[in-house]
Amino acid sequence: MSAVLEIEGLRKTYKSRRRGTRNALDGFDMRVEAGQVHGFLGPNGSGKTTTLRTLLGLIRPDGGRMAMLGHEVPHALPAVAGQVGAIVESPQFFPQFSARDTLALLAGAGEVPPRRVDEVLELVGLRDRAGERVKTYSLGMKQRLAVASALLKNPKLLILDEPANGLDPGGIREMRTLVRDLAAAEMTVLLSSHILGEIQLICDSVTIISLGRRVAFGPVDQVLAQHSQGAVRVRLEAVTDLPAAAEALIRAGVRVTGHPDHLMLSGVDKPAIVSRLLAEQGLYVSELAPVVVDLESVFLELTATAPVPGQHRQVDQSTKVGEPGQPGATTGGWGA
Amino acid sequence: MSLYVTELRRLFKRRLTRLLLVLLILGLGGIAVVFSFSSHKLSPAVIAEAQAEADVQYQRALGDWRQAVTECDAAKARGENTEQRYGPDCGREWQPQPEMFDPKWNLPYQFDFRNEFGIFVAVFAGATALFAFLVGASFVGAEWSTGGMMNLLLWRPKRLTVLATKLAALLTTLLGVSLALGALWTVAFWLIAKNRGTTAKVTAGVWQSSALDGVRALGLILAVGAAAFALASLGRHTAMALGAAVGLGVISEIAIRIGVAMAGVRFGDRWVLSTYALAWFQKQWTLLDHRSCDFSQGQCSPKELIITWQDSALVFGVGTALVLVAAFWMMRRRDIT
Ligand SMILES: Nc1ncnc2c1ncn2[C@@H]1O[C@H](COP(=O)(O)OP(=O)(O)OP(=O)(O)O)[C@@H](O)[C@H]1O
Ligand SMILES: [Mg+2]
Repeated sequence: MSAVLEIEGLRKTYKSRRRGTRNALDGFDMRVEAGQVHGFLGPNGSGKTTTLRTLLGLIRPDGGRMAMLGHEVPHALPAVAGQVGAIVESPQFFPQFSARDTLALLAGAGEVPPRRVDEVLELVGLRDRAGERVKTYSLGMKQRLAVASALLKNPKLLILDEPANGLDPGGIREMRTLVRDLAAAEMTVLLSSHILGEIQLICDSVTIISLGRRVAFGPVDQVLAQHSQGAVRVRLEAVTDLPAAAEALIRAGVRVTGHPDHLMLSGVDKPAIVSRLLAEQGLYVSELAPVVVDLESVFLELTATAPVPGQHRQVDQSTKVGEPGQPGATTGGWGA
Repeated sequence: MSLYVTELRRLFKRRLTRLLLVLLILGLGGIAVVFSFSSHKLSPAVIAEAQAEADVQYQRALGDWRQAVTECDAAKARGENTEQRYGPDCGREWQPQPEMFDPKWNLPYQFDFRNEFGIFVAVFAGATALFAFLVGASFVGAEWSTGGMMNLLLWRPKRLTVLATKLAALLTTLLGVSLALGALWTVAFWLIAKNRGTTAKVTAGVWQSSALDGVRALGLILAVGAAAFALASLGRHTAMALGAAVGLGVISEIAIRIGVAMAGVRFGDRWVLSTYALAWFQKQWTLLDHRSCDFSQGQCSPKELIITWQDSALVFGVGTALVLVAAFWMMRRRDIT
């Protein structure tokens, strides 16, 4: 598979006279393969929008290299711009123009045939309201217009920064189908979102960013698997046998947490070993289930942003990779 | 090319552009209509009427004078002191003369194309320059402040091309509007002169000079539009251009004026922008230095400093060029967030 998007060691420092400097991106890496739907996740202020803006030439990086569709950007941006559709953080439109005018003007500037305007309006469900001024649109309608503007070019690479922001449940589901359909039509989609349930449903792979650095990446199931850390739930036919089972397993080097009606094991490579071990002791397993972790818990763990009772986490408190003593500093092969 | 056409379409789709254009046309039209009523053709009948009126006024004055002299003589005969009330010799020497009643004063105002059209070129330039300022500033200012510019740059990542194309669309529009309205304006005043005024002595030379006035007016309109565009783009907001214009006006017309007056600078007005605006329209503007006079020596002709329209061209041209360069420089460098 070839990479449609490559970022290596990207740096962006915002300087302010009063507050000094802030490293919004601090050696960030990312790779998106062709034809994939790639989720781009990270806590607030971690640098997602900054990455996308830099990629699209809106801001200048302070270091690193980027390539889209095989061209080095920002240098070759004019050459690839026609194949990259993007929305960056709830885009604003000129409030006095109608949706159709807005899109027609963009189409004119980008040399896209005007008939495409009605196609995309239909696609995002704005057909019947396209003549009204954008000023009068609801948040979700503006968001739909934004998606329409990104689709106008029929791009090879579609970059969507929080496209589901403000969409109604039906809209979110439509967005899901839309993205899937686009991916099926060989479009590569890069999707930043905080709705992790959605990401888990539609994305093939993800990149997780925290404080301007990558903390995890890879295919969704792989990222999930690596973080379930071999957790397995065991139930026995007789609850009274649980202590004996726990003892046997601990002796075999398995980490065990006891619960009233089941045991939680971790560090188990092959669940079959557990059933064999217990069978040898004459204990009969009624349930042996690898525990499925969801993306949300993996995200919270990796970025160290899970809420702690009694504490108010501030925005820049999250995992910083590569700094000793921090959680996530040694996240094995899949950390950056 | 398509970007240019798109920008033209965008400019004319904007309500502000349309509204201001309508206001400009109504304003200029209103001035022409009102003015046409104030001008009257001096036909022989009108002149004869004025003459008759002057005669009547003369006769009335003569009658009053005679009566006053008679009254004075009578009073004198009664031994009263008449000096104070009637003047010496009963005011005999103040007999009204016919030439004191020039029929010209009874003539209505007549518009003289040859001598007065220049004023109206300046009026036109002023109104259209205001239009150029507002349209130029808001065209790019609103685009920045609403995020439209960012969207456009996602489509056309060549920043300088985008800004230059917008500027070109603005300037060609201003040029077109000025030429079209300027032609109508000239025709209107020619018709007013023809029908309700005079077109006497309008030679080819007069036309040529009017054409040059027009070219200077056009230059002013385009420069104002470009400067407003550059300022609004620099500040990423329409209001920045308005603020800069007000600020410049206050500094130039008030602060500098007071400053040079207090410091006693000779020809202080040469540092004030309005001097150059006047010189631009009038071809030259003369500043006088009355302090060089020694009035105890009687009559004095103060020292002069002549500001020519070429000086104005330099001042306004360099100013406009500087803000344009700054705007393009910023466009190339800045982060768009
Ligand atoms: N124009 C700017 N000037 C200074 N700092 C900025 C600027 N824009 C962004 N930042 C900082 O850069 C960091 C990354 O911001 P960014 O917008 O990329 O976050 P994000 O990942 O998109 O967050 P969110 O999920 O809230 O959209 C933040 O700390 C932010 O404060
Ligand atoms: Mg963001």
